[in-house]
Amino acid sequence: MNTLVDIRRLKKHFPIVGGVLRRPVGAVKAVDGVTLAIKRGQWLGLVGESGCGKTTLAKTVVRLWKPTSGRIYFDIADVVKAQIEALESAGRNSHDLASLLKENDLATFSGTRVRAFRRRAQLVHQDPFTSLDPRMKIKTIVAEPLRIHRVLSGEAQVTAVKDLLTRVGLSAGQLERYPHQFSGGQRQRIAIARALATKPEFIAFDEPTSALDVSVQAQILNLLKDLKKEFGLTYLYITHELLIAESVCDYIAVMYLGRVVEMGKPEEVFHAPRHPYSHSLVAATPVPDPKRRVGRIVLPGEVPSPANPPPGCPFHPRCSQATGECQESEPVLEHVGGDHYVACFHPL
Amino acid sequence: MKDLIRIRDLSVRFYTYEGVVHAIDDLDLEIRQGETLGIVGETGSGKSMTALAILRLVPSPGKIESGSITFFDKDSGSEVELLKLREDRMRAIRGNKISMVFQEPGAALNPVYTIGNQISEVLLLHRRRELARAAKQRVDSLLSDGNARAAGLRRPLWRWQSRVYDKIAEQPHAIEPRLLSHVPLLRRLLGRLTHEAGLLTVNMLKDVEIPDPVRVAADYPHELSGGMKQRAVIAMALACSPELLIADEPTTSLDVTIQAQMLELFRRIKADKGASVLFITHNLGVAAEVCDRVAVMYAGRLCEVAGVEDMFLHPLHPYTRALLDAVPMPGKELQTIPGALADALNPPPGCRFHPRCSSATPMCEQERPKLKEVGKDHMVACYLH
Repeated sequence: MNTLVDIRRLKKHFPIVGGVLRRPVGAVKAVDGVTLAIKRGQWLGLVGESGCGKTTLAKTVVRLWKPTSGRIYFDIADVVKAQIEALESAGRNSHDLASLLKENDLATFSGTRVRAFRRRAQLVHQDPFTSLDPRMKIKTIVAEPLRIHRVLSGEAQVTAVKDLLTRVGLSAGQLERYPHQFSGGQRQRIAIARALATKPEFIAFDEPTSALDVSVQAQILNLLKDLKKEFGLTYLYITHELLIAESVCDYIAVMYLGRVVEMGKPEEVFHAPRHPYSHSLVAATPVPDPKRRVGRIVLPGEVPSPANPPPGCPFHPRCSQATGECQESEPVLEHVGGDHYVACFHPL
Repeated sequence: MKDLIRIRDLSVRFYTYEGVVHAIDDLDLEIRQGETLGIVGETGSGKSMTALAILRLVPSPGKIESGSITFFDKDSGSEVELLKLREDRMRAIRGNKISMVFQEPGAALNPVYTIGNQISEVLLLHRRRELARAAKQRVDSLLSDGNARAAGLRRPLWRWQSRVYDKIAEQPHAIEPRLLSHVPLLRRLLGRLTHEAGLLTVNMLKDVEIPDPVRVAADYPHELSGGMKQRAVIAMALACSPELLIADEPTTSLDVTIQAQMLELFRRIKADKGASVLFITHNLGVAAEVCDRVAVMYAGRLCEVAGVEDMFLHPLHPYTRALLDAVPMPGKELQTIPGALADALNPPPGCRFHPRCSSATPMCEQERPKLKEVGKDHMVACYLH
């Protein structure tokens, strides 16, 4: 499997402005140095609590936002990436490097290049009640990407929209309806149809089932599974529900305060977590089995503000394993066997 | 165990332009003393409405159509029929004997008052007598303090305050103190009540494990995180040591680690205060975590009521089974429930679940199955059992 999306040292900071002159006085470090590779055909689960930067990461990867720094390679050959890294480590601001980046680094793209990229990568939002324009008919909503990217028009467009809707489990007879006439699950299906319209290779899902009931959630997850197989898609799936991540994803990344603290296969991350944060996250997840009530670890305190993260390891104020070392320097992701990576000085 | 609340044949209907919505249909349920009863179900199953009906807070155009809700008051040993109570008597129960924690802590708090202010409000309303006694004691100790020569002119004032507080302690809603509270300047003499309430509030915040409670009491809701706000709301609900605490999806808007803290808090509160908890949730994992008994609702009706172990290990109703199968579990194929939730305006006849049920028979379409006992503490409304 080759790598489709390669994120390196990605940062996205939002400035905090203050004073009469609206000068930046600080920054919310929503994503602070994330390195992550998504292989073609993978279903990558990104888990973490609110405010850890999951959504920002997804929106930056599909380039709704321009990153503050870092590189994003989308479907770029390893040779080219190696060439760029080599030129970079040479430390000179050469013309070659600049032109290579302009061609290949998604983080520097603008204008028509971003537009062309967006045909290949789509985003499905969290709340289907706000992500669909209430004044547009379903046929217009689903056809919009086709129109914007000038893929299809006229009769072909209508047929394509019908096909898309039937594919996600709605009937072609519902084309003329408005979003408010649909239930939450149906709306999320419409949003998925819209994301599929331009035949993307990569779709980022931002908690697509968090607003839905359990039974509807299962329907949507099964639909995503089928679509992935049928169209050979690659998914970045954001969720805060570990049970979902564990049952559907092929690979898991755990985020905390803008950083990836642990990555690995679901069985590695959830059954043998090495980072104290992942461990407490797993332990805190309620399982529908009254026999598994005992042995709960309650993590003290709350997530610190990303505008003023603690020095060293971001997790150290809440960590039971923290030592002086954790307060001073920040651990980096290290390989601990298999596909498992952990950023911790004292892995469990 | 004795019952604390007994609901019989409760029906709540909403009269809308499109038609009549049967939000709750002939519900029979009891909450026992000292237990945590969970109500689980999907959107529109009527679980929140059950809670609101107990408090008689069903919003318009909804109406409690029929039925009875009996409340067995542990303190006075009396039986109260909540649905027939006068509004002012009901108000004395709400927030006092039965209190509620809402789903969205941000929306449950008033943004323009401090946390301390809002918790004190509950105490000032329901605990006037105790507050007046405490205030009188403080004034009396000032009066008896022989060394207080500096007091001078304030002495007669204190004597007068002591008399007023005495009056309030005797008759919390006597007319004179109430009139007094409307007179500018003079009403400040009642300030000691607020002060006492403030002191109690800080204790309450400490009780729900809020760090630095003095500071938090002076904070406005927007200055607190979601978890802290929920703690404050819980403190408010517990202010009068209620006999029943209704928690309507109290952890839905919180993160897992914060949710775990909350569930731990609920468990501790129940153990410390011996209150019953009605825990409404759509998260089956949370229900398994905190409840002693669980009731499953579908489209305004009860499907199954059972002890938590029975419910999760030996579910009997097809809907309960389907719901449990729909929870993503690693290493298990995701099962979906075919079809969509029952239309609230035109619910299917007979058993409301029959159009989605794999083992439905012609009988299910015609007649509604009654809730019947099939085992110890296990009730199911299904013809299969």
